[in-house]
Amino acid sequence: MGYETILVEKRNKIERITLNRPSALNAVNDKMGEEFYAALKEAEKDQGSRCLIITGAGRAFSAGEDVAGLKERYGEGTHPSLGDHLRKKYHPIILRIRNMEKPVVARINGIAAGSGASIALACDIRIASEEAGLKQAFIGVGLVPDSGSSYFLTRTLGPGRALELIMTGRTLGAKEAETLGLVNMAVPATELDKAVDDVAERLANGPTKALGLSKRIVNRAPHLELSEALEYEAQNQDIAGRTEDHLEAVKAFLEKRQPKFSGH
Amino acid sequence: MPFSHLLVETEPPIAIIRLNRPKVLNALNFELLRELVEALETFDKDDRIRATVLTGNDDAFSAGADIKELSEATPVDLIQRNQFALWDRLKKTAKPIIGAISGHALGGGCELAMNCDIIIASETARFGQPEINIGIMPGAGGTQRLTRAIGKFRAMEMILTGQYMTAREAEKHGLVNKVLPVEAYFEEAKKLAMQIAQRAPVATRLAKEAVLKSFDTPLEEGLQFERRNFYLLFSTEDMKEGMKAFTEKRPAQFKGR
Repeated sequence: MGYETILVEKRNKIERITLNRPSALNAVNDKMGEEFYAALKEAEKDQGSRCLIITGAGRAFSAGEDVAGLKERYGEGTHPSLGDHLRKKYHPIILRIRNMEKPVVARINGIAAGSGASIALACDIRIASEEAGLKQAFIGVGLVPDSGSSYFLTRTLGPGRALELIMTGRTLGAKEAETLGLVNMAVPATELDKAVDDVAERLANGPTKALGLSKRIVNRAPHLELSEALEYEAQNQDIAGRTEDHLEAVKAFLEKRQPKFSGH
Repeated sequence: MPFSHLLVETEPPIAIIRLNRPKVLNALNFELLRELVEALETFDKDDRIRATVLTGNDDAFSAGADIKELSEATPVDLIQRNQFALWDRLKKTAKPIIGAISGHALGGGCELAMNCDIIIASETARFGQPEINIGIMPGAGGTQRLTRAIGKFRAMEMILTGQYMTAREAEKHGLVNKVLPVEAYFEEAKKLAMQIAQRAPVATRLAKEAVLKSFDTPLEEGLQFERRNFYLLFSTEDMKEGMKAFTEKRPAQFKGR
């Protein structure tokens, strides 16, 4: 399927979606919102792709909401609801990334600002170039964090650090983000591709069902009492225990060899 | 029993009824309801069966009435077809029905789910009474049963806006007993049906009847009804066996007598 604002590539069980409006620092205009969501839906269904990478073309990961587009809309003498705009455009994207039962890796090649940062934070694993940064740009335009930024930041950093980033709107460099645990790994720009590919390859050859179920239980864990979390783990372990990949792993262990996972 | 809209299996002591019109998300037409009632009434008379699991498929329990069938109906058609007589018979099913609900449970599908005695849902289930969106309202018990299940205010909101409720919301508000991953809800429902099927059948039947009675009676009358059923059970062989097994610290062997 041909897209105008994103690139989709598939290779060796790895799918890569590139936000592709480099001249606008990959700001998410409405067209990109639609196309990105459509590509996520496709990726979710595609049994052949077992790991998804999300990245940006050119210097930036994504500058977030396309303010030029907003300005146009305000110009018409009406003032449309930003809440409805988020519900329609970003919420389906963020939920789709969180609920997709395969690993999603953010390749943060450059600045991820505003809802661009939210998209990166929604991914399962973040690998950043040392030249990249995360920026809670919302306060700079008199707005509050959206598209999940407040949720992900608070859960990762706690309210104190989250509010500092949100209230100052400063750019958090990749190295500092790594120290805070907000990105998993910050590497020199020249080593970004190797670092991302290593992780993606490992994940794409992993037991996909168990990876998906792991994501499911981790998504739910913060909302549960310990006894409920134990029960939810048990229910999902029942499911994982019946997968071909589990049986293959047990067999491989007994035969003293590496398991070969099919994803089923 | 040959059925065209249901898949029916018996694994004594339980039966499994699957709504089977997958192409139309198990829309409830007259024929399907007729078959469903027939199957449940047959199992009520079958001593080998002590509980039923009622389910659809992972994508849809049932998306509701067959709109095509309904849209061409005149009031006279509806009166003559008397579909609600089937719902009245459904309500009288004596043996426990465990609903295993995944995907859409909307309109008549939600009402059918609420006719079950216990509901096990998958995480992907969603419940709703969207009739208002097509210019009508729930007609098979939705306004009454949903209100009793989740209270006036939430029921009113769902029925007047047609908005859906997710499985987790439904669990929180008491519309379903338990929510499990989509890969596991059906097995859980079967497990529960098996567990219930091990209990004394007459006691199970009278207990179900007494719980349902509570919706139709003031407390005093309900308590009288309960007491009469309670006394009645002391005339059963299973009561003697149950108490004997308890004192002998062994599992009881119930015969349904």
